[in-house]
Amino acid sequence: MAKSTDQKILSTLWSAGCGSHGGCGCEIFVKDGKVTRIEGDKNHPWNQGRLCAKGLAITQYIYHKDRVLYPLKRVGERGEGKWQRISWEEAYGTIETRLKDIRAKHGAESVIFCQGTGRDIGGPITFLMYAYGSPNWVQVGLAGHACYTPRLGAMAATLGPSGYCVADCSQFLEERYESKEWTPPKYIIIWAQNFTAGCHDGFYGHWIVDCMKRGTKLISIDPRSTWWTTRSEIHLQNRPGTDGATALGMLNVIINENLYDKKFVEKWCYGFEELRKRVQEYPPEKVEQITGVPAHLLRQAAKLYATSKPSAIQWGEPVDAMPAGSVVSQAITLLWCITGNVDNPGGNVIARNSHGVTTYPFSSAELSELYGVDLVKRLNEKRIGANDYPMIKGFRGWVQPDVLINQMETGKPYPVKGAWIQTSNIIGGQAADPRRHYNAMKKLDFIVCVDLFQTPTTMALADIFLPAVSIAEKESFRTWWQPLGVSVKAIDALGECKSDWEINLEMAKRLATTPIKYNNVRELIDSRLAAGNTNFEKLKAKGGWEFPPKGHPSRPYYRYEKGLLRKDGKPGFETPTGKCELYSKTFEEWGLDPLPYYEEPKESPIATPDLSKKYPFILTTGRRSPVFFHSELRMIPWLRELDPWPVAEINDKAAASLGIENNDWVYVENMHGKIKVKAKVTPTAPANVVTVPHGWWLPETDGKAPNFFSTWDHNVNNLTTMGNQGKSGFGGTNYRSGLCRLVKIQGGKE
Amino acid sequence: MARNGLLIQYEWCTGCHACEVACKQEHNYPAGVCGIKVVEVVNAGQDKVFVDFAPFTTRFCDLCADRTKSGEEPTCVKHCQATCITYGTVAALAKEQEKMPRSSLFAPK
Repeated sequence: MAKSTDQKILSTLWSAGCGSHGGCGCEIFVKDGKVTRIEGDKNHPWNQGRLCAKGLAITQYIYHKDRVLYPLKRVGERGEGKWQRISWEEAYGTIETRLKDIRAKHGAESVIFCQGTGRDIGGPITFLMYAYGSPNWVQVGLAGHACYTPRLGAMAATLGPSGYCVADCSQFLEERYESKEWTPPKYIIIWAQNFTAGCHDGFYGHWIVDCMKRGTKLISIDPRSTWWTTRSEIHLQNRPGTDGATALGMLNVIINENLYDKKFVEKWCYGFEELRKRVQEYPPEKVEQITGVPAHLLRQAAKLYATSKPSAIQWGEPVDAMPAGSVVSQAITLLWCITGNVDNPGGNVIARNSHGVTTYPFSSAELSELYGVDLVKRLNEKRIGANDYPMIKGFRGWVQPDVLINQMETGKPYPVKGAWIQTSNIIGGQAADPRRHYNAMKKLDFIVCVDLFQTPTTMALADIFLPAVSIAEKESFRTWWQPLGVSVKAIDALGECKSDWEINLEMAKRLATTPIKYNNVRELIDSRLAAGNTNFEKLKAKGGWEFPPKGHPSRPYYRYEKGLLRKDGKPGFETPTGKCELYSKTFEEWGLDPLPYYEEPKESPIATPDLSKKYPFILTTGRRSPVFFHSELRMIPWLRELDPWPVAEINDKAAASLGIENNDWVYVENMHGKIKVKAKVTPTAPANVVTVPHGWWLPETDGKAPNFFSTWDHNVNNLTTMGNQGKSGFGGTNYRSGLCRLVKIQGGKE
Repeated sequence: MARNGLLIQYEWCTGCHACEVACKQEHNYPAGVCGIKVVEVVNAGQDKVFVDFAPFTTRFCDLCADRTKSGEEPTCVKHCQATCITYGTVAALAKEQEKMPRSSLFAPK
């Protein structure tokens, strides 16, 4: 394919429209105003020329026949699938009238602003929400808010809000693996994540492979056998849902065998004696009873990790979804704290947004910086769930989703009347108990959906559909965590699509109670980039990215020694004691146990033995596919061909005992629901664990009610429930540790 | 003229499928056709289950003739996320392979 005449635009991926948490530098090739291909950018330190299947398939996404290219309004009943094309002026005008009317009658808080997974959407959606005056920013149905937030909250409660950590794979240094400042981790503990299947939470999965080639060895903690466990020196194969006990057992070994970093603990940690006392409750033999991990293997893993410095831990979303997810996260965080693997080369390095620029304001602290302390504080009074959970109120500026569903159903303490849903597939992917959410949300007075395709959610709920652009058609900017990057517009928007920023800026101007000072999106982006002493054009001219200068607080290492973590410039951490808090004063202030503990899943062979007789398998959902991202991309031919059907991974011997063969259609069912999937019979599945990927719907089937693209048949979240949240409001879902049984469907797919 | 090929150290192949989609994009192959494929290989040992991936070229691999003509590497080589594919002459790759465990050499053309 001749491409020498094509124009090449350097950009950053981070959006719906490439399907990942993003970060990759890419080359977008354009001819006659059309994207001809996309490739990785070799000069970009993030991916160094590489690109995943999702990024490489982007032309099929941009030019897909089913993309919605014009604003639509619903003309039939919700779910009937009857739409009429309208102008933007009509769309904006209708939304303005309806949302102002709701605000006047019920207050701005009665409109919720809903996003899906964390990407560039966090910037525009909060901008619009605060302009309108609502505090209710939410990932609807994300039970226990189980996606990174429990981990972030636990790290903030231990190391301060400037103390989020990730495994150090040199990603904060422009020269990457060649940098003299960096050294590869001796060991990386891979805690419940399959990095080959994606780039989760601002972490490019194959960085770990890069480290392995440079000598890093692995310890894996995972119920399944995977590519990673195959290559691990030790594999702790624990029962799903018991990771908290695993972490406490490791803390027990490291402390009791005097393997912790005494200098670091003495100088920089608070509460070691209290922790020492607490972990006595978790000797390895007891942990073995809970987790199924042999005590000698747990000892071996803890010893190897603690005595091989520097070493790092990198973890996945299952940690958030555990019972008491924020507590499990705390226990794991304490492992790198007591071994002194904090902000050191090859340890768990502190991750801060490049140049101090916030593109996606995670926390209450960041929201206050962008929108003012007073506004955030005032709006918090009405934020759903904030008054039930001090950690929700104190840490992150979001709604607690399990409280929201109750409030939508009861109208108490105030009714929810409207929803702005932006690139989020609530019913087809994100929500636990999606039917409950469908029933509650279809009663709302007014719903706007902004998306690129019709999904089960837009079909079921939208009154107005606004068409968004892909990453190639818009300007945006990114820090999560580094470098500071921009997404450059390579082609004109298809049809009449607009970027999320364009849409939200226009709506914000119409709905704001105080005037919006930005004339256009570029002005807004530049005002945010000003914190990094740069602007869009400068970054674009540099190839789309820049690392912070030496000495900047967003650059490693050992910032706690240099006074780069605290607002007052003193050494230490931004915590109440100024130290790394093994006994968390912040948890204490939030009315929570300051020390970690273990909590059993609500539904498990131990907690509910009678139920387990009826449903003998542990159900764990959310296993990632390398070619999809959550509920996205099932309509892309190049990708669907590689992963054509929803499956359940079933142990070979267990399958044989049930007469189930590979590729048979089976029901996976429990007391909450039932779905149809194809059996993937494999010894990689433990005998009593069934793994089902999430987010499955079939875009090629009927989108109208009641089918909604077959979401009720294939979305495994139909087997999960709301209302299991932990004491902090975080974690405690059954996404990762439910129960189920398998029934073979005679005669294939019904 | 020297024959060219691909040396794949499958020890590192993680099964991410980037090579396959890169190939599809480069050649605009329809469904069912691709110049490279990756299969999962599972071995169940006594105490451990091993998961590996095996990439192999097909009759539709042209070693990205258009790209290599202009001095670029084949698209699967460039985009392989595990960086485990090398392009070169079969003779040079065979020499490299002497030091490379768990690898395969493909000469598709």
